[in-house]
Amino acid sequence: MINNSLKELSAALAAKKISSRELTQAFLDRIAQLNPVLNAFITVDAEKSLAQADAADKRIGQGQAGPLTGIPIAQKDIFCAKGWRTTCGSKILANFTAPYDAQVIERFDAAGAVNLGKTNMDEFAMGSSNETSHFGPVKNPWDPLAVPGGSSGGSAAAVAARLAPAATGTDTGGSIRQPAALTGISGIKPTYGVVSRYGMIAFASSLDQGGPMAKSAEDCALLLNTMAGFDTRDSTSLDRPPEDYTRDLAQPLKGLKIGLPKEYFAEGLAPDVAQAVETALAEYKKLGAQTVEVSLPNTQLSIPVYYVLAPAEASSNLSRYDGVRYGYRAPEYTDLMDMYKKTRAQGFGAEVKRRILIGTYVLSAGYYDAYYLKAQKLRRLIAQDFTEAFKQCDVIMGPTAPTTAFNLGEKSDDPVSMYLSDIYTIAVNLAGLPGMSIPAGFGANGRPVGLQIIGNYFAEAKMLNVAHQYQLATDWHLRAPQVV
Amino acid sequence: MEWETVIGLEIHAQLSTTSKIFSGAATAYGAAPNTQACAVDIALPGVLPVMNKGAVERAIKFGLAIGANINRESVFARKNYFYPDLPKGYQISQYELPIVGKGDITIQVGDQEKVVGITRAHLEEDAGKSLHEDFHGMTGVDLNRASTPLLEIVSEPDMRSSAEAVAYAKTMHSLVQYLDICDGNMQEGSFRCDANVSVRPKGTEKFGTRCEIKNLNSFRFLERAIEYEVVRQIDILESGGKIAQETRLYDSDKDETRAMRSKEEAFDYRYFPDPDLLPMKLSAEMIAEIQKTLPELPDAKRRRFIQQYGLSSYDAAVLTATKAMAAYFENVVNSVGAPNAKTAANWVMGDLAGVLKRDSLEITHSPVPADKLAGLVARIADNTISGKIAKEVFEAMWNGEGDADAIIESKGLKQITDSGAIEKIIDGIIAANPEQLAQYRSGKDKLFSFFVGQAMKATQGKANPQQLHDLLKKKLAG
Repeated sequence: MINNSLKELSAALAAKKISSRELTQAFLDRIAQLNPVLNAFITVDAEKSLAQADAADKRIGQGQAGPLTGIPIAQKDIFCAKGWRTTCGSKILANFTAPYDAQVIERFDAAGAVNLGKTNMDEFAMGSSNETSHFGPVKNPWDPLAVPGGSSGGSAAAVAARLAPAATGTDTGGSIRQPAALTGISGIKPTYGVVSRYGMIAFASSLDQGGPMAKSAEDCALLLNTMAGFDTRDSTSLDRPPEDYTRDLAQPLKGLKIGLPKEYFAEGLAPDVAQAVETALAEYKKLGAQTVEVSLPNTQLSIPVYYVLAPAEASSNLSRYDGVRYGYRAPEYTDLMDMYKKTRAQGFGAEVKRRILIGTYVLSAGYYDAYYLKAQKLRRLIAQDFTEAFKQCDVIMGPTAPTTAFNLGEKSDDPVSMYLSDIYTIAVNLAGLPGMSIPAGFGANGRPVGLQIIGNYFAEAKMLNVAHQYQLATDWHLRAPQVV
Repeated sequence: MEWETVIGLEIHAQLSTTSKIFSGAATAYGAAPNTQACAVDIALPGVLPVMNKGAVERAIKFGLAIGANINRESVFARKNYFYPDLPKGYQISQYELPIVGKGDITIQVGDQEKVVGITRAHLEEDAGKSLHEDFHGMTGVDLNRASTPLLEIVSEPDMRSSAEAVAYAKTMHSLVQYLDICDGNMQEGSFRCDANVSVRPKGTEKFGTRCEIKNLNSFRFLERAIEYEVVRQIDILESGGKIAQETRLYDSDKDETRAMRSKEEAFDYRYFPDPDLLPMKLSAEMIAEIQKTLPELPDAKRRRFIQQYGLSSYDAAVLTATKAMAAYFENVVNSVGAPNAKTAANWVMGDLAGVLKRDSLEITHSPVPADKLAGLVARIADNTISGKIAKEVFEAMWNGEGDADAIIESKGLKQITDSGAIEKIIDGIIAANPEQLAQYRSGKDKLFSFFVGQAMKATQGKANPQQLHDLLKKKLAG
């Protein structure tokens, strides 16, 4: 059952082969057993989850179930959920219980899904290894020495280790795709504005986007059907008619044009990852697709541009954590300024502080034009690269990350090397495009490799189709790690 | 040396929307602390701002009223600084691209008209309030006011005296109320001024170093603060000193300004476009629709009153100072006719304004509404009562004794216009005062008023003054 797809679980629930309570309890038991090792969850509240499961069972009994009714879903601890502790991986919010629901949580609640718990993450989603979490690092289920990636590392590990049938994540520079790749699961970051950011704790507002993380593309499509939708409470939410993201899953890929950016297959890409990606591309050719080389000439600029813009927005977004109204406040201080300084010095971790400092610097008088404005201009050029590339292809493919999962502690003292692990994912956020990662085999060390699929704006259904057809032909996505 | 004062004003007008600029919480004044602050206002993790269309429409209305360019695309920016009553750690404002561009407004200072340039007007949110009393060494924070919509109106440094600054502020105050975009309540902080003041040797072009004076929440304080500041600056300059560019606070108790922070201490607000709010695009249609809703503006109304009703410039200015007063006046005139406009104007500006002020009432709450005052003016106009008797009738109306006709009837105040009756009375008086008659006829003209007094006494003031005057002249002449 832990390996079942969402469709299978939904069918079992509908057929009363299992109740939502039993299903939820089974995953809660698995969490109780394995979470002490993996540290994928920050908060588990069996009572709350089971109450939701009971409500779902009632709904199923009344014949009013939808495709996700009764299915437990792990929520990244970045989504505010009413009555749930919501920490964003930070000490500064360690005592914060959300008094309201994020739009994503509301939508899952309305669909009758069960909140299985809040997953671990890099503090304020700032990190690529889940090592910046105040609640400790998450272990990669494939190898306890390896990181699971980040920032949605808890969600990725939970799905990979089958502690949850599915999870949510958020992606600001690769935070869904890179951990999905490093843990061998599927995850999609939709077009910016497709999933409401209301109640999703902000890191970099112009880049943040929520999305599903699951075992397969088909599961992701089902989850996205629930997560996506216009929200008047988010001014950057896009007012478009609802879509059924499963509608094109069965389409054959004959004639599909896959663009391969030459910059994604250049220096810095590990040979074992390159090999796995080549193998996946060969499979696509077998499925009737053809490949064409494209160029994204400004790829190298995406990291410096990102590390100006994201910290700039973050430095302002994180100003509200000041110890005045909620969250952590330093126990001792002499006056207001001292309270601010001590609260934030004690409440934020090193990586968050680093980014607040960078962001404050690039927005300062005298530096704004040279950094922030310049980066905004380059951001447009980076987006333009994709527009040009999509004139020649339907989707773009390449590696999700340059290497398989690195070891815990390997890059934590070298921020720049850590930042470089997002080289293939960041530009997608800067352009606002949808991006996806699906499992495509394993590297030399037996750790998973992810294949990235980048689509044009609003091409989620197409990308899910492209991923699903591959998963029909391969079984990488069905491989599960042997945990304990 | 002779000095010239240079003043520019920044006015914060609270827009009269029922909900806040970026949230659905109510804006009503005076609620218990923190009862009108929702998740967005207190900046919980994950909340997002949503633009209130009503605030945008009001800003556009203002822009159109001052003949300004309405920017079809404007940008919201974050102004970053830490303060306990600023929940997000930044204020959402407009910086590089405000909604309202350059415009101007005509003010009247004494008999002189002057055009004052408006640099820009932009939308922004208010902060909350820090309460330093009642908390024994701690500070209380009330976020009811947080995210209340404000329009910041920035003038050019076009004013040259405190009188001009006050006239400008009053004109703006009147305008925003005419437009129905701000309630103008200065006690509640709905209309606040900051003044940028500098002085320069008369005849020179270059501006002196300016100081910004904050916390001017009445026209009187605005005037006093500027006057204090001008003297302070001139004293410094004449004793060989230099003005430090700084922000100063007006202390109304001590009637002085004092330094708040210097230019060096000024914050670096690190403005940048708010990524939570996309650039605001306005359609030509929307602007055209709002244009249609513009009321007649004070300046146009004043000119029309002069032309249409033959009023003096002064009278017209007084009557158009507020929309409510102008409407009251026009209601009276519509009833009694334009030829009686001057009488109507005198009553509205004189007796009515006097008792309203005495009883601290707004004209909209006058116990004598416009149609009732019109009833009184009509009786003056048709000679039923004299102006003098009318004052008595008005006082009775004010005290709720009924309308003019009822009071005239019940008190028997109707003017005697029957010339036969008046003649009869005059005959009696002449007969009773032969001595005075003889003196009058021998050239003592002054005695005419004696006879008028006697006749008025006999009629209890009800004789038509003109008729009495004419008949008396005739009879006394013999």
